[in-house]
Amino acid sequence: MALLEIEGLHVEVEGKEILKGIDLVIEPGEVHAIMGPNGSGKSTLSYVLSGRDGYDVTAGRIRFDGRDLLEMEADERAVAGIFLAFQYPVELPGVSGMTFLKEAVNARRKAAGEGEIDAMAFLKMVRAKAKTLGITDEMLKRAVNVGFSGGEKKRNEILHMAVLEPKLCVLDETDSGLDIDALKVVSDGVNALRDPARSMLVITHYQRLLNHIQPDKVHVLARGKIRRTGGKELALELEQKGYADFVEAA
Amino acid sequence: MTTDTRTLPLVAGEDPAVLAAGSPDWLAALRRSAIARYDAIGLPGPRTEAWKFTGLNAVKALAPVPAEGVPAIELPPAVAALDGLRIGLVNGRLAELPAALPQGVEAVALGDPAAAPDWVRARLGSIAAFETHPFTALNTAQFISGVAIRIARGAMPEVPIVLSVVQAGGDETATIAHPRVLVVVEDGASADLVTVFQGSGRYIANPVTEIAVGEGARLGHAVLQAEGADAFHLSMTALKLAEKSTYEGFVLATGSKLARHEVRAELAGEHIEYSINGVYLGADGQHHDITTFIDHARPHGTSHEMVKGVLTGAARGVFQGKILVRPDAQKTDGFQMNRALLLSRDAEVNSKPELEIYADDVKCSHGATVGELEDDELFYLMARGIPRGRARALLVEAYVQEAVALIGRAPVRDAFAAVASDWLDRHVAGATGSGE
Repeated sequence: MALLEIEGLHVEVEGKEILKGIDLVIEPGEVHAIMGPNGSGKSTLSYVLSGRDGYDVTAGRIRFDGRDLLEMEADERAVAGIFLAFQYPVELPGVSGMTFLKEAVNARRKAAGEGEIDAMAFLKMVRAKAKTLGITDEMLKRAVNVGFSGGEKKRNEILHMAVLEPKLCVLDETDSGLDIDALKVVSDGVNALRDPARSMLVITHYQRLLNHIQPDKVHVLARGKIRRTGGKELALELEQKGYADFVEAA
Repeated sequence: MTTDTRTLPLVAGEDPAVLAAGSPDWLAALRRSAIARYDAIGLPGPRTEAWKFTGLNAVKALAPVPAEGVPAIELPPAVAALDGLRIGLVNGRLAELPAALPQGVEAVALGDPAAAPDWVRARLGSIAAFETHPFTALNTAQFISGVAIRIARGAMPEVPIVLSVVQAGGDETATIAHPRVLVVVEDGASADLVTVFQGSGRYIANPVTEIAVGEGARLGHAVLQAEGADAFHLSMTALKLAEKSTYEGFVLATGSKLARHEVRAELAGEHIEYSINGVYLGADGQHHDITTFIDHARPHGTSHEMVKGVLTGAARGVFQGKILVRPDAQKTDGFQMNRALLLSRDAEVNSKPELEIYADDVKCSHGATVGELEDDELFYLMARGIPRGRARALLVEAYVQEAVALIGRAPVRDAFAAVASDWLDRHVAGATGSGE
C-alpha cells in the first residue's frame, strides 16, 4: 500500500486556485523531490499536507497510511506520522526547546495510550541526536528558534524530525539560506533518517540539495500542476535549462 | 477635573471630622485638608481624563459600611510557602506581626497616631498626594490604622516581608476599608516586600501605600492583587526615590470585579534605577486598570516598564502609562511597553502611553501591542503534534512567564509564577476557543 496518495487535488487560497489537479503517489521508503519555479504552489502543497488553516481543498483527496488525511487536524496528522520541516521555522519566545520537544513526544505517546516519557531518558536521547547536528545544550535550553541564525533554525528542524521519527518527512525549501557547510550537516541529518519504512518529499527550487539527498523520483510543479516526472537526471536537466519551458508553456 | 455630585457616602462612625478631632495635630491638619479636597473634587466622572477608561458607576451605586469580621481567606499556597516575615492587615487594621523582627526591621501600627514615632510623622502623607486623587484623599481622611515598616540604614533582612491585606465584604451590603501602609527604606538598606490583597464578598478596598527609598537603598516590591470576585479595588502606591536608589516593582493582578492599580513614582535623585513591571489576567467581565506615572526629576535615571495582559471572556484591560522627563533630567533612559493578548472576541483593551519630555538628551521609547495568539506559532506547535488547546495554553503561559521573569528575587518570582500558572490552568487551558 502506498504511504501517500494524492488524487486530483485542487486547492484555493483566499479564493484563488493555486493547485489545479495534483496526482502523486509515494511508496514507503521512497524519496520524491518536487521542483518548480517560485509561485508554482510548492509551499501550498506542503501546508495542505500538514493541515494549515486557510487552504481550501475544493476537489480531490489525500490518503495517508490508509486514512483520509483531509479529515484530520494538523496535530492529528503530525501524530499519524507527517512531519513538515518549515521553510521559515517559527520563533517561540518563552518556550524552551526541550519543553517543546517533550510536549510533542508526549502528545504522540498519549495518542498511543502510553504514559509520559521518562525525563532523563528523553534528555539523553535528545542530546545525542542534537550533538550529531551540531546543536549545543545551550541552544536546547533556549526558547525555540529565538536568536537562532538561519542555519541553526534549519538544523533545529532536522532535530525535531530525528526525535519525532515521522513516516513522511516534507522538507520545504530546507536548503534556502544555508551555506555549504550547513547544507552538508542538514543533508547528512536527513540521510541518516532514510529508512525503508520512511518516505520523504523534498521541495526545492534548486538542484543542489539533491546532490546530497538523492531522490528516487523528481516532479516538476508549475502553474499548479505536476508537468513532468522523471528520475534524478531530471533535476540535472532543470539545473541546466531552468524552468523557462514550464513557466512559458500555455 | 470634573466634579461628580454623586460622591461615595462617607462611612458612618468614621466621620472625618471626628477622626481629625481625635488626631494629634500633625495628622489632624492632614485629615482636614484631605476631606476638604475630597469634597471639592468628588469622585471622577466619565469626563475626567485620568478615569475615562475606568467607569465608577458601579462603585458610586454602593452604600458601603465599615468592614468588620475576619474573612476566611488563605494566602495562595505558593505565597504562603514563602519563607518570609508575615504582617497582616484585616479591614485596614494591623492584625498580625511577627513575634520578633530581625535586626534593623521595625513595624508599628498606625492605629494610634499620637504614639507614632518621628520617622512615621515625618513621612506619612508626604508621599501620596491627594490633590487630584479622590481615593487617596478619602484614604487619608479616613484610615483608622495600618502599618508602618522601617528598614534601618544599611539593613538587609534575609527574607522578604509578606504583607497580607485582607478585607471582609458583605453579602448584599458592600463594605469599605482604607488600609494605609508606609514603608521607609533608609539609606543603603535593601529589602523585599510582597503585598497581597485578598478578601471575600462585596467590598471596596481603598489602600494607599507610601514608600520612601533612601540614598543607595533598594526595595524589591511585588504586589499580588487577588481580591475577591465581587471586589472593587482602587489602590495607590506612591513612591519617593532618593539618589542612587533602586526600586524593582511588579504587580500581578488576577482578582476583583473592577480594579485600578495606580503607581506614582518621583525619581528625586540622580542615578535611580526604577522598574515597574506587571501582568494582569482577566476573565469573564473583569476590569483591570494599571495606571502609572513616572516622574524623572533628576539626571541619569533609568525606568523600565513592561506590562502584559491576558484577557478572556468579556474582560477589559486598561493601561495608562505616563513618563515625565523634567528639564533637569538629562540622560534619562526610559523604556515602556504594554502588550495585551485577547483570547476572545469580547475582550477589550485600552492602552494610553504618554511621554512628556522637557530635557533634550534622553532616550525614551514606548510601544503597545494588542493581539490574538499568532496563527503561525499555533500552527508550528500543532504541526509537531501538540493539540490546539495545549498549544494555546503553552503559548499563553510563555507569554505571561516572560514578564513574571522580570521579578528579581528568585523565591518571589517562583511564587508569582505559580500563582499565574494556576490562573492560566483555570481560565485558559480548558478554553475551547478555535483560535481562528
